[in-house]
Amino acid sequence: MTFSQPLPLKSGAALRDYTLVYETYGTLNAQRSNAVLVCHALNASHHVAGRDAEGNLGWWDNLIGPGKPLDTNRFFVIGVNNPGSCFGSTGPMHANPDPAAGGELYGADFPVVTVEDWVDAQARLVEALGITQLAAVIGGSLGGMQALSWTLRHPDSVRHCIAVATAPNLSAQNIAFNEVARRAIVTDPDFHGGHFYRHGVIPKRGLRVARMIGHITYLSDDAMDAKFGRQLRNGALAFSTQEIEFQIESYLRHQGDKFSDYFDANTYLLITRALDYFDPAAEHGGSLARAFAGAKAKFLLASFTTDWRFSPARAREIVKALVDNEHDVSYAEIAAPHGHDAFLLDDPRYHAVMKAYFDNVARESENVR
Amino acid sequence: MTERADIELIAKLVPPGSRVLDLGCGDGALLDILRRERDCRGFGIEIDDAMVAACVRRNVKVLQLNLEEGLALFEDRSFDVVLQLETLQHLRNTERMLRETARVGRIGIVSFPNFAHWPNRVRVVSGRMPVTKALPYEWYDTPNIRVGTHTDFEILARKNGLRILDSFGLRNGQAVRRWPNLRASVAVFKFERP
Repeated sequence: MTFSQPLPLKSGAALRDYTLVYETYGTLNAQRSNAVLVCHALNASHHVAGRDAEGNLGWWDNLIGPGKPLDTNRFFVIGVNNPGSCFGSTGPMHANPDPAAGGELYGADFPVVTVEDWVDAQARLVEALGITQLAAVIGGSLGGMQALSWTLRHPDSVRHCIAVATAPNLSAQNIAFNEVARRAIVTDPDFHGGHFYRHGVIPKRGLRVARMIGHITYLSDDAMDAKFGRQLRNGALAFSTQEIEFQIESYLRHQGDKFSDYFDANTYLLITRALDYFDPAAEHGGSLARAFAGAKAKFLLASFTTDWRFSPARAREIVKALVDNEHDVSYAEIAAPHGHDAFLLDDPRYHAVMKAYFDNVARESENVR
Repeated sequence: MTERADIELIAKLVPPGSRVLDLGCGDGALLDILRRERDCRGFGIEIDDAMVAACVRRNVKVLQLNLEEGLALFEDRSFDVVLQLETLQHLRNTERMLRETARVGRIGIVSFPNFAHWPNRVRVVSGRMPVTKALPYEWYDTPNIRVGTHTDFEILARKNGLRILDSFGLRNGQAVRRWPNLRASVAVFKFERP
């Protein structure tokens, strides 16, 4: 869907003439009360469930679909790709409409976007689809931040917020990981200040390293140990400093290679910055409780005990802010072994809670007029 | 597990319209009753995954937390009533939890198996640990790591400066008000911090 009205951004800039790509699943009911918006995290897209034309499975297909916890037989599910991304919506790989740019691609000139900007863009899409109030908005990690932000920026437009493996802001350690990733990209000689498209190159080396460090932080120590341990790739040490010795090295290099083939370097910088900037308490004197005072939605939060990047302690900060405001909130803290990645997996305890919650939302949605 | 009749009796101790916190809320049955019959709202706290899902299923608000870590999430006197039914005996930090209950709630309500119920006494005198409906476990597999009596709790409450507003025993779904330390399998206390 194309929007000609410029989107004002938190930075003071504006995004003009932009397109949002989205997918929908299921049927919007007559009362238009059963819509659920799915917000994506760092490297995902609007394609949340089912198989697309190329046969790719949606990134949250184990949760979303007919008969699944977020049941598309009952809900009208919307997956949307955020501006700045590299999966179809307007982003750094698209032409800059500014006449001064002379038809060049945005590249590094794509405006810096925030979680709040994404939520506002999503709200325009939802409105254009004829929906005045979402039954729910759901997301994990950075997507969870968007789900939380919905309840603050558009409190009357969302009845339920389901935020998984997320945090009220990033810790210094978390920003540090993002900065290492960004430096890897920016210092790649093929980056060319973000205008590498002109030079016909891609800063793949930087992207690979960025993905490798990210991947390490998404897994728990135990999960990595269980999967790889100290296994050698070739059965015996080669006494080489540069060849792959351990299976974990092979795995990380493979992940890095795969990622650098499809992900855009400027998008990586933009999305990690959006993560860094998110901090709803900052506008309320550092008080998260005050930030959530105006929220009207009901909340379900979930975290995973081995997730050290978005730890249960951070989720509990959000729970406390909601409890302090006497908001409606339930919270599941799942003892899953997989680290941050657990939010994308189908742990039966996690999915049981999600299904139970969405079943209630579905029943309630049938009675909303 | 608290029996249905016991739950009904305990629910009557909760003033209508209260904001309640139920520590170790299980499947949320009591909160459901309090919401429907006494117009109460609030949260349950539960650690067990299946119980958390059961609460969500019946639309009872539940927070999955470990009570051994205390109630840091909650401000002083932020609830009208804090309930702790058949939970105290499972906790290592029994006394700290009792203090936390009194800090967070204006009124606290606790229940636990009364070890001084006469069949237990008879069994101990005979040289064996009791195995009864209220204490259904063998000594080697019991989750009840604290065993106390109706009278013991009175002493602990006094030690912590709590004022007992009401206390009675439960036996077969009936309130026992005469000699509850001897005649009741479960002890119930309603208290406040003056």
